[in-house]
Amino acid sequence: MNSEFTFQLDGHNVIAQKGETILVAAENAGVSIPRLCYQDNCRPDGNCRACVVEIEGERTLAPSCSRLAEKSMVVHSNNTRAQFSQKMVITMLSSDLTENYSAGSIQSNNTELSKWVTHFDIRHGDAPHQSPVIDITNPAITVDLGQCIQCTRCVRACRETQVNDVIGISNRGSNLKITFDLDATLGESSCVSCGECVQACPTNALTSTGAAANLPDNKKIDTVCPYCGVGCLLTFNVSDGAIKSATGRNGPANKNRLCVKGRYGFDYVHHEDRLTKPLIRIKGMKKTAALIHKNEISDYFREASWSEALEFAATGLKNILDIHGGNALAGLGSAKGSNEEAYAFQKFIRSALKTNNVDHCTRLCHASSVAAMLEMLGNAGVSNQVEDVALTEVIVVIGAKPTANHPVAATFMKNATKSGAKLVVIDPYKSDLTRHADFFLQFRPDTDVLLMNSMMSVIIEENLHDEKFIKERTTDFLNLKEVVSKYSPESVSSTCGIEPETIRAVARLYAKARSAMIFWGMGISQHIHGTDNARCLISLALLTGNIGKEGSGIHPLRGQNNVQGASDAGLIPMVYPDYQPVTDNENKKKFEQVWNTTLSGETGLTVTEIVSGASQGSIKGMYVMGENPAMSDPNLNHAREALAKLEHLVIQDIFFTETASFADVILPASAFPEKTGSFTNTDRRVQLGRQAIEPPGDARQDLEIIHDLAEKLDQKWTHRSTAEVFKEMTNVMPSIGGLTWGLLNKRDSITYPYTKDSKQSETVLFKETFALPSGKAKFSAAHYSHAAELPSDDFPLVLITGRQLEHWHTGTMTRRARVLDSLEPEAFISMNSQDMELYQIESDDTVRLHSKRGEVTAMVRMDNGLQVGNVFMPFCYVEAAANLLTIDAIDPIGKIPEFKHCAVQISKSAAQ
Amino acid sequence: MKSKRNQTRGLAITPSVLAEIKILLGSSPFRRDLLIEYLHLIQDNYNHISKAHLVALADCLKISLAEVHEVASFYHHFNLIQDSKQTTPNLTIRVCESLTCKMFGSEELSMKLEKSISNNVKLEKVPCVGQCSNAPIAVVGQRVIKEATAENVLDCKSYTSQIPNYEKLAPYIVSGGYGALKKCTDGIVTRSAAVKLLSDSGLRGLGGAGFPAGKKWEIVRQQPSPRYLAVNIDEGEPGTFKDRTYLESKPHQFLEGMLIAAWAVEAHKCIIYLRDEYAACRQILIEEIKAISVAFPNGVPSIELRRGAGSYVCGEESAMIESIEGKRGIPRLRPPYIAANGIFGKPTLEHNLETLYRVTDVINHGSNFHSSHGRHGRTGLISFSVSGRIMTPGMYLAPAGITLRELIDEYCNGMSPGHELKAYFPGGASGGILPASLADIPLDFDTLQEHDCFIGSAAIIVLSDHDNVASYAKNAMNFFAKESCGKCTPCRVGTKQASTLMSARSWDINKLKDLATVMTDASICGLGQAAPNPMKSVIKHFKEEIS
Repeated sequence: MNSEFTFQLDGHNVIAQKGETILVAAENAGVSIPRLCYQDNCRPDGNCRACVVEIEGERTLAPSCSRLAEKSMVVHSNNTRAQFSQKMVITMLSSDLTENYSAGSIQSNNTELSKWVTHFDIRHGDAPHQSPVIDITNPAITVDLGQCIQCTRCVRACRETQVNDVIGISNRGSNLKITFDLDATLGESSCVSCGECVQACPTNALTSTGAAANLPDNKKIDTVCPYCGVGCLLTFNVSDGAIKSATGRNGPANKNRLCVKGRYGFDYVHHEDRLTKPLIRIKGMKKTAALIHKNEISDYFREASWSEALEFAATGLKNILDIHGGNALAGLGSAKGSNEEAYAFQKFIRSALKTNNVDHCTRLCHASSVAAMLEMLGNAGVSNQVEDVALTEVIVVIGAKPTANHPVAATFMKNATKSGAKLVVIDPYKSDLTRHADFFLQFRPDTDVLLMNSMMSVIIEENLHDEKFIKERTTDFLNLKEVVSKYSPESVSSTCGIEPETIRAVARLYAKARSAMIFWGMGISQHIHGTDNARCLISLALLTGNIGKEGSGIHPLRGQNNVQGASDAGLIPMVYPDYQPVTDNENKKKFEQVWNTTLSGETGLTVTEIVSGASQGSIKGMYVMGENPAMSDPNLNHAREALAKLEHLVIQDIFFTETASFADVILPASAFPEKTGSFTNTDRRVQLGRQAIEPPGDARQDLEIIHDLAEKLDQKWTHRSTAEVFKEMTNVMPSIGGLTWGLLNKRDSITYPYTKDSKQSETVLFKETFALPSGKAKFSAAHYSHAAELPSDDFPLVLITGRQLEHWHTGTMTRRARVLDSLEPEAFISMNSQDMELYQIESDDTVRLHSKRGEVTAMVRMDNGLQVGNVFMPFCYVEAAANLLTIDAIDPIGKIPEFKHCAVQISKSAAQ
Repeated sequence: MKSKRNQTRGLAITPSVLAEIKILLGSSPFRRDLLIEYLHLIQDNYNHISKAHLVALADCLKISLAEVHEVASFYHHFNLIQDSKQTTPNLTIRVCESLTCKMFGSEELSMKLEKSISNNVKLEKVPCVGQCSNAPIAVVGQRVIKEATAENVLDCKSYTSQIPNYEKLAPYIVSGGYGALKKCTDGIVTRSAAVKLLSDSGLRGLGGAGFPAGKKWEIVRQQPSPRYLAVNIDEGEPGTFKDRTYLESKPHQFLEGMLIAAWAVEAHKCIIYLRDEYAACRQILIEEIKAISVAFPNGVPSIELRRGAGSYVCGEESAMIESIEGKRGIPRLRPPYIAANGIFGKPTLEHNLETLYRVTDVINHGSNFHSSHGRHGRTGLISFSVSGRIMTPGMYLAPAGITLRELIDEYCNGMSPGHELKAYFPGGASGGILPASLADIPLDFDTLQEHDCFIGSAAIIVLSDHDNVASYAKNAMNFFAKESCGKCTPCRVGTKQASTLMSARSWDINKLKDLATVMTDASICGLGQAAPNPMKSVIKHFKEEIS
């Protein structure tokens, strides 16, 4: 209360809070002062001067957007003097535009500038001058600087919000100009097309390309982005049954920000390739390991009615169940579908098919991380949310490339560094995040345990560990201490490729920090010692007490928009929903009762084991929903052969994926904007996705299809609608026990744990206890072991596979999104220029990359972010599928394949 | 439109260029705030700055290409080339086009030179280079050619700056130099006593704003440490050359004053910002700063000399600080004021060179040294830079309150033969224009405001009946349009639109008055606020020239 005061505005007393600007205080009092360069939630710049007010006693007028209100100030926002300058400013700005944009035509376009031109009734523009060329080199964004009013909102959006640092303001005076990089065209620049600038622009200088994007809209649907685990809230603008554009919404995880995929990657839902009718394999058309191309589909499959297709799907599964038992069947659920779909799917597999062989793509992603977390902390979710970067002193990012795979989360990390947080990036690849880092450790692939153990040895040796925390809240420290003592910085330095003093400096920085966060990604998890890697990270946090409080903890960045939710909902062979082991009899009884069925008490097979089983013939039938193992599994030749051996494969998807090539029946399903459901992001936020459009043709809701199949397999489920499924989930999953569908609809985003007892969100975990039975966390020491396949004379290079900003995983969605595929239309192999010289390869050459398991041909892209000896391929291009090369060796505990390390050889391709 | 890319987005680093640049920049770690110094090194070494250079520089400083380009493109002294295969001239001739040089034929000079220079020589028209008493001026490389003609410019074969004879350290000390500083550091004069001396002296800032110097010291002393001292030698106001005059004759009196001021507010670092057009002064300062660092190894705060890069607005104190921080020279929004939030957000005492020069006098001779002078009821001494239609243009230290008539008669030996006084600029390009009928008003801080003028840096430009006053007002407005930083609408658009309107035979007075109002009322800094002054003066006093 003592931070409140009053001041005079236009003759009235106005209450303001300490730290409020005159403009904001005025707004709160119902007085809207004109403004253009000011934008809510951005740093005010005070350059347009449209908001100037008279403050009594001051010689010149003051910009109300930037000037703090003070007690006893007497302010005039609409007297003659203030209004004169406000109007003059708008007049000058509108008259400064080019010949196409006189004040008359400005009024008719739907921008903020036009709103003020109308407000002040400005009739004619003056002094028009020549239009600069419109820049259409970027497929997403059109640049028309003739309409620019130099308000710099785009500069602040790019440099201060997203920190992509592409837009600058160059020259001076009336030559002031928005520039990209060193004044390049947008297409040539390092612009990542996040569109934050477009969202910020108050005129039509920066717009989303395509007239449709700028039409006034019929319907606005508030929902979530379908792509990554950041879970940005957005609004789809829908007109004539189609999504026209996406706008960022103020969600807790994104605060109005989006990336190129969320903003511009929605049009895949309207692509002509969408499955619209059920398909059944034509009798006699045999399966081979080869993929079926788009124009061959009608050679292999015939259209069918839903009743025939469902009957066919169900009967095929039932036959295998009856003859061979449930364990000859398996289901792969989707990490992109909703929680309700995931829950229903695993319920179906378990109840109807009598097996726990149900899994999803987390197996290929964070399975090792989750294994380590469950083992050491008892919980499979992040301990702190991304937003804690604003509170923390040190941010460690290891084995992750958030600027490509969690772009909006990366913006908050970059913001934090500007506010003083220290950033440590540990990765074999020098991404654009490293520019903001205080320490960048470009270590050699596969040396994580060495590096982490040696950091821990330094911390213990220098007495920087948190003895109190260790004593009171952990077990098994002595074993860890013993193990890491053998990993001195000197002993690991040459293998890791990091100087001992650097190892020490980073160890000290992390240990001494009052608060510290560790973020990690696939570089840690996708190894045969991925569980060991993750164990080291968790041990580091426990060792220093950097967990269990605000701003301190561990955060494996979850990839898919709903991989956290899918895992929580039980799409996992070892556990029921909420990680309750299937082997525990109490759990089994509980679910048998709620599900009104009998269940198997045997742990099921993981994705990789299922594929093995299919290859050996022990798995005969599969039901795959929204997953694409024929592109995402390692050693694709083997995986595709295995899939081809299946007697009965039911595919439920929105496109004819590569996996559909092996299907017996294909069920056309609903894309993300065509359904309503809850989705859980990486932060443990359960968020509501709302339906914006109808599925095309005869495509149906995934949830409906699962229910229909369940019915055909004699299940008597008491739920049907999304809300009803959600209700059952809250009854069997204590972590969300306190949530209701109504509450979710009201709030759009709720963090769990949100239990029945607490009735509130637990945003930071482990404040009092850890989730193991003892209440304490358990240190788990890791010993160094190397990758399954090391470079050899025949295969001298290390292949690292991964993703890129513009494409999502196997490319099913993004290769069919105009903007995204235009930005990155072609497969490539990234190489360091020294390697290119060594192998006598020029940029743009087409080369053949091969491993013991397969080969691909693609163009070479020079990338000196890579270390010498490493090459990189994204796995989204079917024409050069990187997983043809990868090895299917798996981590013994997490069962995750080693996507990040295998040996390859390169040669120039005969075909150029 | 589909793109196929064989390298990562944006511009790749050229390893050989990066290696060259690293050697050129010297020892790492590289400092972000030295960006402008690094750009100078590149410009001086290659005569241009290429994209490859900027990419390498961005990498060294770990900043984005956009950030480097923003800064490099702001300053006119940096020759950014698009294509590294572009040939760069190996010599640039700069012809000043500001008020007094215009008066003495700069336009004709430029035209003549343009026809005669060879292919590898570039001709540039530049704003006031601070040599107005010898107009017109051309600068060949770094060599200043006074009373320039096409002949003597083309004849010039020596391109380095000429260092004038100035008082070096030894003779300065012999005549009692650094005695005032010693009084302070020995404790004979306490800090509060020094502040009082300065306040009592009535010394006001001599850069143009006229803020009481003693009061400034008091305010800064109240701020938490660490504190900076910033010296403004950007002297860019057309018609002004007093700071250069003092620096080229008695630099140590200024340096001593600087050290006294630093001592008084306990500043840990002094940063001297020198306009890059003063190449001779730069050599002098480098030499003499080194000399005092040797002579007084302890007890002097660290002193850094920083180069401007061709921007008048960097004479504005907050824009100068932005430039010191290695950024675009954009004036800051005030409040907060730089006394509290200056260099890197720390409290900063900022002074014009001459003010510090006078500080030494005050400490040496007492508070009435300055206050015992004055005329027509005014107090103090002012260094007038006088140029134009007078017999002997030059810098004259005269009593505050002197009138123009007295200044011309007593100091400048009268008007040039055949020239009758018509008008004068009392305060450079920004102080407005007064008619001959107002040649008898006292010239001082606060005396000209009632006439919509101000004295500023006391740069007096005298116009005669040979001169069309409106054309000088137009010259001034063009100057402001070119020097505007561009941030705020009233100045950026106002100076441009006013320039256009003032180029017409007949001025649209109503439109110009509207522009003048918004510029004066709503510009962020003094440049935009003062830019309309000459225009307003012409509308008021010389309407016949513009109808």
